[in-house]
Amino acid sequence: MKYEVKQCRILQKQELAKGIFSFVVDAGALAQKAKPGQFANILVPGKTLRRPISICDMDAQKQTLRFVLEIRGEGTQILAGFEPGQDMDLLAPLGNGFDVGDCNRKALFVGGGIGVPPLLHPAKLFGQHATVALGFRSQEAAILIDDFQQAGCNVLIATDDGSLGHHGLVTEYFGQVQPDVIFACGPMPMLKAVSEFAEQKGIPCQVSLEERMACGIGACLGCACKVYRPTEDGGMSETYGHVCKDGPVFDSRKVIF
Amino acid sequence: MADLRVTIAGVEFDNPLIAASGTFGFGREYMEFYPLSTLGGISCKGITLKERAGNPPPRIAETPSGMLNAVGLQNPGVDHFIQEDLPWLKTQGTKVIANIAGNTPEEYCEMAEKLSGTDVDMIELNISCPNVKQGGVQFGTTCAGVSDITAQVRKHCTKPLMVKLSPNVADIAEIAAAAEASGADAISMINTLTGMRIDIHTRRPIIRNNTGGLSGPAILPVAVRMVWQAANRVKIPIVGMGGVSRWEDAVELMLAGASAIQIGTAFFSNPYAPIEILDGVAKYLEQNQFASVTELTGKVQAW
Ligand SMILES: Cc1cc2nc3c(=O)[nH]c(=O)nc-3n(C[C@H](O)[C@H](O)[C@H](O)COP(=O)(O)OP(=O)(O)OC[C@H]3O[C@@H](n4cnc5c(N)ncnc54)[C@H](O)[C@@H]3O)c2cc1C
Ligand SMILES: Cc1cc2nc3c(=O)[nH]c(=O)nc-3n(C[C@H](O)[C@H](O)[C@H](O)COP(=O)(O)O)c2cc1C
Ligand code: FES
Repeated sequence: MKYEVKQCRILQKQELAKGIFSFVVDAGALAQKAKPGQFANILVPGKTLRRPISICDMDAQKQTLRFVLEIRGEGTQILAGFEPGQDMDLLAPLGNGFDVGDCNRKALFVGGGIGVPPLLHPAKLFGQHATVALGFRSQEAAILIDDFQQAGCNVLIATDDGSLGHHGLVTEYFGQVQPDVIFACGPMPMLKAVSEFAEQKGIPCQVSLEERMACGIGACLGCACKVYRPTEDGGMSETYGHVCKDGPVFDSRKVIF
Repeated sequence: MADLRVTIAGVEFDNPLIAASGTFGFGREYMEFYPLSTLGGISCKGITLKERAGNPPPRIAETPSGMLNAVGLQNPGVDHFIQEDLPWLKTQGTKVIANIAGNTPEEYCEMAEKLSGTDVDMIELNISCPNVKQGGVQFGTTCAGVSDITAQVRKHCTKPLMVKLSPNVADIAEIAAAAEASGADAISMINTLTGMRIDIHTRRPIIRNNTGGLSGPAILPVAVRMVWQAANRVKIPIVGMGGVSRWEDAVELMLAGASAIQIGTAFFSNPYAPIEILDGVAKYLEQNQFASVTELTGKVQAW
């Protein structure tokens, strides 16, 4: 089975920043199947729709998955109230995930806000070959910096209010780096800027997108995003792809921002 | 164990649970959970004569006990369906229903003709999609419109023909009667109720199409009422749907007058919903000493 529904016991819970929680769950064989950049559609008791949350980290040996979620509305509020010992009902692993490739290349990871979690596991694979540029609203909203540093990554921080790191946008760091490959997740304007930078420099770039979802597996066609697709005559036409199945990770050149 | 088979318009379904159009794609994604023969039938994603890209995102919004969608009939077109999806689906041990939508009566007729030449089991006429400007709903909201489109398609359709009704009408029984009189072999109902949600912070509708179709548990009582009203009016079988997520809901819709049930939105939170619902229905039949699920249809004792 590519994906399954599984009740996963919560082993650890931690508040990383105000309203942002980290959960480690016992996922059994799911943890071996999952790839970095994939996500889970998590059941919220009492809600019609599950909530898509990225796999932040995984441990195939301990058979655990880690999720980091921010309270954004009713659904994430309910999920944030879960405690160790309770089960989370996951539909996972979903989506394509990052195509990590050769981890000895110089990789640039660019994350904004709650787009940071899915970058942790792939960045760990690159270790000291990874430069990780993270943007947050403020110091209070900054998460996972220690985790990236412990993995040996070179971490650069920017905040909107200057309370931590560079006062401004993560993209302002780009002059300093010459990566072989880029991975990015965060708000659309950030992804657009990263994609333009990659395009100019001719660097392959993978971006992870968000869209509102229902099924999470490609059946309902709810999570559309505009992408290019090759035509029979060798050209390109615009169409709607689906974030849950064709993504969430896309080659930045395929995305129509 | 009670007999779960039902026959609708001459088509025998192994059980009365059918996947609702648009929520189950062409079945491939749910194969990961169970064989498709678990379901009595599958109503495929709505297809049109030519490929359609669908509406811009966002297409989905959650609502109290439900959701809105405005997918806009994104689909690969009828020819692609016939070549790529249907042959495969027909090997899965379940009945296959083609759900068709068009801009003009001619388009409906052309699709019905093409599909009549295949081994699809049934055609479901979608004259009730609220999410595209010309998605058929203009045919589905007046008796004259329903009569006209049903009669025209009937002439080109040699397959059992099921007409899917819109709930966005004043008198559902009149509409059902119009479909019956014009040659429908069965009726399916209800499609989604038109709804809207607004993000109070951006003051923009959440759905890019502004409005969308409401589905899920929120619409169950509307479906029960409408199926009951239609069943009191017409003799042809009714396939009931709208908000069924538990076995009790399925029994309720059948008591109201449905001969079979479609489930849609329930798949999203619980892909295993049909298995749980079938289990529950079977137990209910046994406990209440019904020999066949068909005995439930219309058994409500209205006051
Ligand atoms: C592939 C993917 C991965 C994600 N990974 C993470 C993650 O690791 N950590 C995290 O905190 N958040 C993540 N998100 C965003 C998260 O899904 C939303 O914040 C969450 O669904 C909001 O639910 P809510 O009920 O709290 O908010 P509400 O606004 O009340 O939600 C209402 C509806 O809109 C949907 N919705 C609202 N905002 C979003 C959004 N940004 N993206 C998708 N659907 C949305 C909800 O799922 C729900 O159906 C991810 C989204 C996607 C698509
Ligand atoms: C995402 C989505 C897509 C749908 N697409 C179609 C469609 O293509 N054709 C159609 O006749 N009905 C479509 N419907 C309506 C369903 O088939 C069904 O009538 C409705 O959702 C009510 O049932 P439910 O509450 O069990 O979902 C769609 C519903 C949803 C939620
Ligand atoms: S959420 Fe259903 S297709 Fe992506």
